[in-house]
Amino acid sequence: MSESTVEPTRRTTDVAPSGAAAGYRPARTLPFAAEFRRQASRRRTQLALGFMVLLPLIILIAFQFDTGDDDNGRGEFGSLVSFATSGGLNFTLFTIFVSASFLLVVVVALFCGDTVASEASWGSLRYLLAIPVPRARLLAVKLLVALTYSALALVLLAGTALLIGTLRYGWSPLRSTVAAQLEPGEGLLRLLAVLGYLAVVLLVVAGLAFLLSVITDAALGAVGGAVLLWILSSILDQITALGAIRSFLPTHFSNAWLGLLSTPVQTDDIVRGAVSAICYATLFWGLAFWRFTRKDVVS
Amino acid sequence: MRSPFSAARLRRALPTGRRAVAASVAVALLAALVVWAFWPDRPGFRTESAMLTVQSGPGGNEPVDLDTTLYLPRAAADRQVPAVLLAHGFGGTKNSVRGDAEEFADRGYAVLTWTARGFGRSGGQIHLDSPDHEVRDAQRLLDWLADRPEIRTDAPGDPRVGVVGGSYGGALALLLAAQDQRVDAIVPMITWNDLSRSFLPESTGGEPTAGVFKSGWAGIFFGGGGAAGSGPTGISGSTAEAPEGAPAPGPPSPAPGQGPGTAPGAPTAAALPDPACGRFAPDVCAAYLRIAATGQADQAAVDLLRRSSPAGVLDRIEAPTLLVQGAADTLFPLGEADANAQGIAANGTPVRVAWFTGGHDGGAGPRSDSDRVKFLTVQWLDHYVAQTAPEPGDTFTFSRIAGFDAMDRGLVATGYRTADYPGLGGQSRAEVRVSGPAQPVANPPAGNPAAISSVPFAGSLSSLLSGVAGDIPGQHARFESEPLTEAVDIVGSPTVQIRAASATGTAVLFAKLYDVDQEGAATLPSGLIAPVRLTGLPASLDAAQPVTVTLPAIVHRVEAGHRLRLVVATSDQAYSTPIEPAVHTVALGDAPLSLPTVDSDPIPTEAVLWRWILAGLLATIVLGLVVVVAVVRLRHRRQDTSVHPEYADTPLAVRRLRKEYADGFVAVSEVDFEVHPGQVVGLLGPNGAGKTTTLRVLMGLTQPTAGEIYVFGHRLVPGSPVLSRIGALVEGPGFLPHLSGLENLRAYWQATGRPAADAHFEQALEIAGLGSSVHRKVRKYSHGMRQRLAIAQAMLGLPELLVLDEPTDGLDPPQIAEMRRVLQRYATDGRAVLVSSHLLAEVEQTCTHAVVVNKGRIVASGPVEDIVGDSPSVLFEVGDPDAARAVLTGLGGVRVLDDDDGHLVVDTNGTARSEVVAELVRAGIAVDRVVPRRRLEDAFLALVGENSRGSGDR
Repeated sequence: MSESTVEPTRRTTDVAPSGAAAGYRPARTLPFAAEFRRQASRRRTQLALGFMVLLPLIILIAFQFDTGDDDNGRGEFGSLVSFATSGGLNFTLFTIFVSASFLLVVVVALFCGDTVASEASWGSLRYLLAIPVPRARLLAVKLLVALTYSALALVLLAGTALLIGTLRYGWSPLRSTVAAQLEPGEGLLRLLAVLGYLAVVLLVVAGLAFLLSVITDAALGAVGGAVLLWILSSILDQITALGAIRSFLPTHFSNAWLGLLSTPVQTDDIVRGAVSAICYATLFWGLAFWRFTRKDVVS
Repeated sequence: MRSPFSAARLRRALPTGRRAVAASVAVALLAALVVWAFWPDRPGFRTESAMLTVQSGPGGNEPVDLDTTLYLPRAAADRQVPAVLLAHGFGGTKNSVRGDAEEFADRGYAVLTWTARGFGRSGGQIHLDSPDHEVRDAQRLLDWLADRPEIRTDAPGDPRVGVVGGSYGGALALLLAAQDQRVDAIVPMITWNDLSRSFLPESTGGEPTAGVFKSGWAGIFFGGGGAAGSGPTGISGSTAEAPEGAPAPGPPSPAPGQGPGTAPGAPTAAALPDPACGRFAPDVCAAYLRIAATGQADQAAVDLLRRSSPAGVLDRIEAPTLLVQGAADTLFPLGEADANAQGIAANGTPVRVAWFTGGHDGGAGPRSDSDRVKFLTVQWLDHYVAQTAPEPGDTFTFSRIAGFDAMDRGLVATGYRTADYPGLGGQSRAEVRVSGPAQPVANPPAGNPAAISSVPFAGSLSSLLSGVAGDIPGQHARFESEPLTEAVDIVGSPTVQIRAASATGTAVLFAKLYDVDQEGAATLPSGLIAPVRLTGLPASLDAAQPVTVTLPAIVHRVEAGHRLRLVVATSDQAYSTPIEPAVHTVALGDAPLSLPTVDSDPIPTEAVLWRWILAGLLATIVLGLVVVVAVVRLRHRRQDTSVHPEYADTPLAVRRLRKEYADGFVAVSEVDFEVHPGQVVGLLGPNGAGKTTTLRVLMGLTQPTAGEIYVFGHRLVPGSPVLSRIGALVEGPGFLPHLSGLENLRAYWQATGRPAADAHFEQALEIAGLGSSVHRKVRKYSHGMRQRLAIAQAMLGLPELLVLDEPTDGLDPPQIAEMRRVLQRYATDGRAVLVSSHLLAEVEQTCTHAVVVNKGRIVASGPVEDIVGDSPSVLFEVGDPDAARAVLTGLGGVRVLDDDDGHLVVDTNGTARSEVVAELVRAGIAVDRVVPRRRLEDAFLALVGENSRGSGDR
């Protein structure tokens, strides 16, 4: 440690009535941009977003191996598979479809579940609180940034798929067996609506992961816990014996976006799905705020 | 042996207080939800099954056994209830309508279901809803109902009763209402107007005698006539339970292939049934055999079918009638209900018509449709039978398949309504020109191969998706339109003109209208086709007169960009066609294809409710957020900014601080101390004494259980703004491992939101002394480097109070020495430093003041010199400790503090060390070593005790 001098300055005159140091304003602590940069510099953020760009490319390359004679038109989503190479819009739809049930869940859980827990595990959380960043503000900024990254991932995935899909397969109408084909302009709107609905459904994952992130100090626990619970809900949703209870499962309406492909658009399940997702997300976030603003940070 | 279930353990294992309450509430809610979902519904009714023998037949003197079940609602115990006579479909039994019966019973109706004669366990033969047989049977059942004490009556012998039924049961309802005025309301569903026209249709307006025989359906019904089967109920479409050997739910009528005489319930003890006729009455059977053999009906057969048709008796129906007809019905298309509606309305009887997307091909249709039909039925009965509901409107409702349900992969229908029933002609018509040259078409001998338009019982998918639709090359003519510029919603019967010529003079043709999408895929809506039998045709097309073909009524949307294709084919698998081969020529007439349209509004469904819920939810959340933010702001404004005058100039004052953790562990029981400007205060204590907990509270990381902390007179709570005047290193460094040291400091300062100029990065980095390592990632730092970076971070912005927890941890001796100087220099000019440590030498050399904590309490505090005291102690290692002790105690003022294994700790109390040694030597005691004791350590040990068990081990 080198010789150093500490500037002798007495600055008690600068102090605010609240007793805060000069220049300190609670509402200015941890600015959105600062948190955004904090997360952007992390390798997991870069990898996750990079993969969102990479995945459509991988799918595109995989389709190049298609010999054309295999029977992939089975199952309820068969049409999406068989139409995947019919145009950029269909390719995007296919990419979204294959990602929606798991990949996007993991990515959103990663962004929302890691954000507080990782700071706790590094020990930097207590220094943020000692700045002091008000706890509610810390959570709000962290949540907003995590949601921004989640949305960014969704947009990157769809955008890349649309771009390379259109370059490779052309700008064609959106086709599916559930309804008449849609003109490209209309199809793009539907695609955006699908993305919007997916984003709303994924709010449940975001809420759950964020709550777990606040409760636990282990980032892996928060991310994994959210994904596990999501899978559990999906499994329970398969059991028709549960009857009316299934409607209360957060994953019950996760495929309702298929209704957006039909003409006229079927919004009933989408509205119910949105209600369900928003209720769950609000509950989880409410609990997260309630818990975090009261908890002892001992990590 | 201690019990493993000691109270203390149990208490620890169990969740405490609030958590327990929250967990119990959650579990209780979950349990309630599960119980609610699985709680078996208590039936609101009881049933009585009986075999009734009624006097029926043309003379009213032929006894017949009817298998009946009466469903009596619980309300019937207190008062008389209205009744519903619920008839089943062809081939069914009373069990086919059990689901509907239970629903009506739950709504307070007594429901009488019975197995029609000729089916199931009932006796008699099938007379096809003959007025003398089936209808008279039903009249006798009305008599029976009127005698039941539970049933409300209008007059003696006249029960308050509605008749509901689908298909065969629907026609019975119409015929019964025409024959017996005691009926108060009827709801006939998917049924016929004229049975002869249904089975022998002719779409240019020809008589049934000239009709084309619908052999596919007829064969199935005749085949199923002796067999039990589920009939279309019109409400639930399928049977909930059909224990008497009915085929599985799904196809709304008997499955093909079951021949006569295979009925499980058929009487076997009696004479074997006629193998040709099964349980059909001889006259019905003979008529069928004649028609099926020739493919054409004689007048006698038509008369027989007409006898079983409401068409001739509609003018006698005075019971308000709700007609429900299915659009996916190639057996009794929408036109049948239309004819019924017109005929009944002509008397001034209230009539309401509703169409749904099911039918004999489509079953009950999508959920929304069956719900609407149920609602309309109940509404009708509640007003006209129970008289408990207001008069239903006379809006006409219909629905159209909108696509597949994304969730359960079923079909989805959108309901529409319009003020008045427009009939099959629609409210207005759209004209589309189809074109194509005259084309020769061949009639295949014996109707084979034949085009396929619909497969009876194949379900709705076959007709909807045209999966089976196919026209045979050479046997059909195609006329196509240009792509439509805008979508057309067809509601009703399209019409088109065709011309035909044939060397044979007659031709049987089938006109069908396809919807062809951009890809060329053709859809035949509902699989409906219009058979025509043209006679007197010229040999040459030039002489042919155009004839107008009325296509079956459909509800279908043709999207913009789609084409319409008119196909005229010579064969169809569902119909009998001439056996002889022939070639006809077909061309279009002059008039364009005319499409009926109806101006209608979508029926608001519960989806609208959900939309409101969503909007309300969002509004609530926004409102809630606003309220929460407002409350927080308000509380913030009201926040105590007062300055405790006593401590206004004191960097830190801790008052009676107590911290008890949730598990009951008391980390700090009572701590009081102050840090004044210019002081470097050492917080001393063994591990677990409560130092770190005190600092956590000080940093706003944990809530104290009791007590206050003042920083420059401001009360400190978690998140207090005054925390911004404290720089801290608590519980080790905390950095983002993926950033360099410098980036970490910058990220930290950015998070404070304060001006970058206030940070004094250079000075902080100088203190850290990391050199070029400051640009390496923190992940690669050694422990000491992180420690120095953390101290630098704590000093960013030169806070007035610096709180350092074990600052020298991981530092090497020169760095420790430097740190000492840095801290001492820092605590000038009004600033103060609080250092927690368990290294006594460090505190002794660095600090001006010390606070000694043990077991959560302050045991000493004040200037280091005061704690150490004036009497420095010395450690003597001597040969004979006992003798030495005697000598030393003899010296004035000298005290032996402790001795152990020949080591004496002595408080010389001002006596010079050399003098003490001289005394010992003089006494002949060998002195091996004289070591000045570290003074604070002695004091510390004296205060804390040698036992190093801290409060953490309590």
